[in-house]
Amino acid sequence: MTFLDRRTLLAGSGAIALALALSPASAQKKYDEGATDTEIKIGNTNPYSGNASAYGNIGKTIDAFFKKVNDDGGINGRKINFISYDDGYSPPKAVEMVRKLVEEDKVLFLFNTLGTPSNTAIHKYMNQKKVPQLFVATGASKWGNPKEFHWTMGWQPDYATEGAIYAKHILSNVKDPKIGILMQNDDYGKDYLNGFKQGLGKDNEKLIVELATYEVTDPTVDSQMIQLKNSGANVFFNITTPKFAAQAIKKAAEIGWKPVHYLNNVSSSFGAVFKPAGIEASQGIILALYRKDPADPQWANSPDIAAWKAFMAKYMPQADLRDDSHNYGYSVANTMVEVLKNCGDNLTRENVMKQAASLKGYEAPMLLPGIKINTSSTDYYPIQAVRLARVNGESFELFGEVQSNENPSQ
Amino acid sequence: MATTATTANSPVTAAARPAGHKWWIWLMVLLLALLPLLGGKTGLISNYGFLQLSLMIVYAIAVLGLILLTGFNGQISLGHGAFFAVGAYTSAVLIDQASWPYWATLPVAAIVCFLVGYIFGMPALRLEGHYLALATFALAVAVPQFLKYRHFEWFTNGVQGINIFKPDPPFGLPLSADQWMYLIVLFVAVLMFWIARNLLDSRAGRAMMAIRDHSMAASTMGVNVAHYKTVVFGISALYTGVAGALHAIIFEFVAPDSFRFELSIAILVGAVVGGIASLPGAVIGGIFVQVIDKYADALTKKLTTAVSLPLDLEPWTIYGIALILLMYVMPMGIAGGLTALWRKLRGS
Repeated sequence: MTFLDRRTLLAGSGAIALALALSPASAQKKYDEGATDTEIKIGNTNPYSGNASAYGNIGKTIDAFFKKVNDDGGINGRKINFISYDDGYSPPKAVEMVRKLVEEDKVLFLFNTLGTPSNTAIHKYMNQKKVPQLFVATGASKWGNPKEFHWTMGWQPDYATEGAIYAKHILSNVKDPKIGILMQNDDYGKDYLNGFKQGLGKDNEKLIVELATYEVTDPTVDSQMIQLKNSGANVFFNITTPKFAAQAIKKAAEIGWKPVHYLNNVSSSFGAVFKPAGIEASQGIILALYRKDPADPQWANSPDIAAWKAFMAKYMPQADLRDDSHNYGYSVANTMVEVLKNCGDNLTRENVMKQAASLKGYEAPMLLPGIKINTSSTDYYPIQAVRLARVNGESFELFGEVQSNENPSQ
Repeated sequence: MATTATTANSPVTAAARPAGHKWWIWLMVLLLALLPLLGGKTGLISNYGFLQLSLMIVYAIAVLGLILLTGFNGQISLGHGAFFAVGAYTSAVLIDQASWPYWATLPVAAIVCFLVGYIFGMPALRLEGHYLALATFALAVAVPQFLKYRHFEWFTNGVQGINIFKPDPPFGLPLSADQWMYLIVLFVAVLMFWIARNLLDSRAGRAMMAIRDHSMAASTMGVNVAHYKTVVFGISALYTGVAGALHAIIFEFVAPDSFRFELSIAILVGAVVGGIASLPGAVIGGIFVQVIDKYADALTKKLTTAVSLPLDLEPWTIYGIALILLMYVMPMGIAGGLTALWRKLRGS
């Protein structure tokens, strides 16, 4: 034991001496683990294999974008070292990979780890370790809780905000609304419902005449749709994932129920929802969007779309441009670079968090005009605005103003 | 198939642990126990490294459970992931809901898993060979669904799983939490292997192997086959369950997804690769499960870039190639293969 103690002592005093020797140089530049004069180490997990591997394109796009940033000279002279591991969309695998990233690879922070279950599994760990878990790729509203979880922040509009926006739109546009809701019975569904109720306000909660739920394991939602029709509702809020969204749209058409139909952004896909449900049956469905659809001709001349197309052509020539993941990954990676630029030479974890929470009116590429990123030490919800769109033919038709749930004082 | 393989294996097993080699094993254990002081203090092994080592040991215990059942008793199980899950959840729920200290949950997990294994073993007794394999496989597929079942959600927390926190070392020991848990896991593993060894060397152990080699002959000799088979099933589940409980504690997280049927397959592959009727085989199997099974994907990628192959290899390519090679080169597992090699060298 004495031998070891002496060892420890020696090592300790050596470290102190080293720290003293280095301290004048580090007066201006401040680093935590994972950042040096030449490099910023960023960790990530993505499902590159398994059932959700389609999402893996987000990780690939981010990787390609950071390559572009490095080719252009890096951020304040530092290159990004992006380490991304496959978690197969499995929370336990994510836990193991994230521990590797934090403890062995010693990354400065995690960026855009994907999936509500995986991020939930590492949520407490990251905050206990005080390592930033930035701009996670999920819309659950629990990521914006700086009081309890100082080190975790979301990015995309959270489900609760989106729900509130639909509620406000219903109140100001539908005469004498009677609302029927179909909801997936889990954290995601409840998140939407809570936001929706908040948007309605206490007095208007009685406008909800029917709340039907389903489990992810259910084969169909047919009986719920009949139940909703029989309730006499004239507004339908559809909180479903793509498979069930398609079923609900199809069934509504079959039984001749024609409410004003609001569908959550989670299912804003032509390929997975509207085509299987029937384009005819999908006409007029209202939903919220926050990013430009690159295929929409009205953006053909906007500089961010052009830059994105040039980037895709050079760095991901094989990719399918209609895959929304490329669009998403490009936009969120740009936000990350903006934060790192603002960090300057102070690359401590605390400062990365501080800069992430100090974005004011930042217009990330691909965001719809008028949608800006605002954060503060009490506001950990970067994007809180969407624009409503309706299904028109085989594309979306944007309408109305940008709808925001942002606190007006900001 | 398994019966003939294990029969062929049994003389090898006896030769694998001659009494003279005992000091060698204890020296290894001592070295492993000193690792936090040697490797940890010098920074040679990170905390994540200790987690990896702990996981290898945990899987070694799980594989040992299956080896007792399949290698020494001739019953096939494709569902040991289920017992692993039951052990893990028992431990996690007790820590999370009832605030039990982690060490107290281990014996409870052991008892629960023994009972589950024993009860499952009773009807399964009527099933032989492939039918038993299928029944246990069904168990492995069913358990994750049970854990997600909404009426159990109040204590399993559904798909989201349970987060628990690793305990800090007691008495202000100069160890990190990971190093401390590594020592705990190592201690439990040594205890479990020691018990298994003594069990196999006893009258009961000989009865187990007699049932494996020829159950009719064993019963003629007065061995109560049904009783032995169910109890061995229970003990096997106990071993794997304790491994599960340790896994929950060191991993600090359980979710239904951790225990998909792939885990059962991984344990079985670990047992076969290590050496189905050999205690050292369980250790090798545990290492195999953690290293090859979990990192086959990363290895494939690294290899592809290292030799700059023009084609995109599927993530499991390395895993498949490793398995095929091993089965051809060492049909009796790595432990069996090494013993054979040793004897050949000594013979010549």
